[in-house]
Amino acid sequence: MSIFVDGTNRVVVQGITGRDGSFHTRQMMGYGTRVVAGVTPGKGGLDFEGPGGTAVPVFDTVAEAVAETGADASVVYVPPAFAASAIMEAADAGVGFIVCVTEGIPVLDMVRAHALARDRGSRVLGPNCPGIICPGKTTMGIIPGRMVTPGPVGLISRSGTLTYEAVYHLTRGGLGQTTCVGIGGDPLIGTSFVDCLAAFAEDPDTEAVVMIGEIGGTAEQEAAAWASANLDVPVVGFIAGRTAPPGKRMGHAGAIISGSAGTAAEKTRAFEENGIRVARRPVEIAGLVAESLR
Amino acid sequence: MNLHEYQAKELFREAGMAVNPGEVAGDPGQARALCERFGGSAVIKAQVHSGGRGKAGGVKLAHSPEEAAAHASAILGMEINGLVVGEVLVCPIEDIATEAYVGVLVDREGQCPVFMVSAEGGVDIEEVAATNPEAIHRMRVDPRYGLLSHQAYGLAASLYDDPGLVRQAARIISQLYEVFVGNGASMAEINPLISTAQGRVMAIDAKMSIDDNELFRRPAVAALRDTGSEDSADTRARDAGLSFVKLDGNVGCCVNGAGLAMATMDLVKYYGGEPANFLDIGGSSNPDKVVAALEIITSDPEVKVILFNIFGGITRCDDVARGIVEAVNRIGIDVPLVIRLTGTNEELAREILAEAGLTAVATMDEVVGQAVRLAR
Repeated sequence: MSIFVDGTNRVVVQGITGRDGSFHTRQMMGYGTRVVAGVTPGKGGLDFEGPGGTAVPVFDTVAEAVAETGADASVVYVPPAFAASAIMEAADAGVGFIVCVTEGIPVLDMVRAHALARDRGSRVLGPNCPGIICPGKTTMGIIPGRMVTPGPVGLISRSGTLTYEAVYHLTRGGLGQTTCVGIGGDPLIGTSFVDCLAAFAEDPDTEAVVMIGEIGGTAEQEAAAWASANLDVPVVGFIAGRTAPPGKRMGHAGAIISGSAGTAAEKTRAFEENGIRVARRPVEIAGLVAESLR
Repeated sequence: MNLHEYQAKELFREAGMAVNPGEVAGDPGQARALCERFGGSAVIKAQVHSGGRGKAGGVKLAHSPEEAAAHASAILGMEINGLVVGEVLVCPIEDIATEAYVGVLVDREGQCPVFMVSAEGGVDIEEVAATNPEAIHRMRVDPRYGLLSHQAYGLAASLYDDPGLVRQAARIISQLYEVFVGNGASMAEINPLISTAQGRVMAIDAKMSIDDNELFRRPAVAALRDTGSEDSADTRARDAGLSFVKLDGNVGCCVNGAGLAMATMDLVKYYGGEPANFLDIGGSSNPDKVVAALEIITSDPEVKVILFNIFGGITRCDDVARGIVEAVNRIGIDVPLVIRLTGTNEELAREILAEAGLTAVATMDEVVGQAVRLAR
């Protein structure tokens, strides 16, 4: 099984005619994702050309797309100035699962967007995230499909390319994945480590979980405590940013150490105290997972 | 982006907040004249993006215009946590009865703004939080309604008993929230908020950080950036759209993706080396970005080797390889380059590099190990 999405979702792509949106829509459709609609304001009535001559209807609003196609999930590839608004539009239209890839959205915009999504009962993944992939079934976002393979490992990460690095070693080591989730590098994200752990806990096929965290905030500590109290399967961790200086933003808006709680040392300690084995190098992750499954 | 105290105070004044007077001086003569204007005594404060100004000797009281000039001359050019002081703020000395703390920032956990206020102001609030957390009163703001007036009043009432002081502080707290939201801040702080012996409440210090993601739509705030006080490499990186942080080591790092870039630095350290920088070239494979990245890294004379760690997912390895070759041809690199490319189109990338006499390895551990050996 997989978490959050399962291949039956009817996906609407917001920003489908843009450079990134159009490229990744074709990638997603090529992987088997059911993209039923696109939204670009002002381009309603057009058809988007998918792979193999397929056509996806484009609408001006998400509400129209939902009414016409029954879309129940969305991926947002909209520029930062309009992305929070796009998330709110999707939530208002009743879309239950919204993946936001966009990086660089003002934090105070996301304060409002997250509040509205909570009020409407929609789950937001991201923003500033690579999305979610269920190997062999479906992908929403930008994670390349050929890197993953079906299997027993669930993976959660705040980073994109570091996810690829970890998945690459897992797949090469013969350890496939149930679902890989990129939760995003922003300070305010809609789906936390704990949300993902709780979903993996309900999935009988997930036999081990990999958590890839980084400096900034305390989400890893909360996840470690939650896993220790609630999760029956082993967890392997990795924390990026041991050499990061305090007070400097390391690329991701959320990757900044303020105070002592956000350091890699503190997060590693929380992992280890809660029985999570921590890889010192990305290449060690697959080995630790293999050992924990024995 | 951090604002200087005088810039934050200007935004506070625009919102109508009670703030103590003060003007910026760039030389001792100006400081002397300002001190004279304030009646012959003044406080001279270094304007620098660093905490601990007082402890570092960057804040001094002057009891005559001559003393003001002497203090300004000592503080200007002073280095505080590696940052050179270019300006001082000259303010009249206030008759302080009490000092409180008022701050608002974005709470990651609650996903909303949160106020923190404390009657114990004038000191490092992180220290109060660690030693006496009950002294800090926290309140989350519901973004749907903003800060309501009874909430501002409640916060103010936790600072003062006197109703007159409470009313003034409530007004200041509401104004601080307006400034915070109205300028796209991630943090705004008054420490200390004072009450005077005459019963007035006002801000005599100000600290603000603006969310970098807001700057594209706030040109007036973006114009407040003090590029003179930052490293020129930082300015160039920002102009080129690169995430860059200078560090103290000698292994230059050029990586795609922030998480992988941090993990690469950590691996340099693991193998006994020291990273010279954090640099994320992002998802784009634009050769100009690679050129800019190499220029920035090589401008650091400490750098002995440059390592590339590229995991091609969306980024195509052949594009990055072209960028590296173009950069090497365009600017000439006189330190060794070690390259790791894996993922999309890596075979093609290896061919492009080979034609230029460069080679690439397949794993992160290999490339970092090589780089650390070459840096010794």
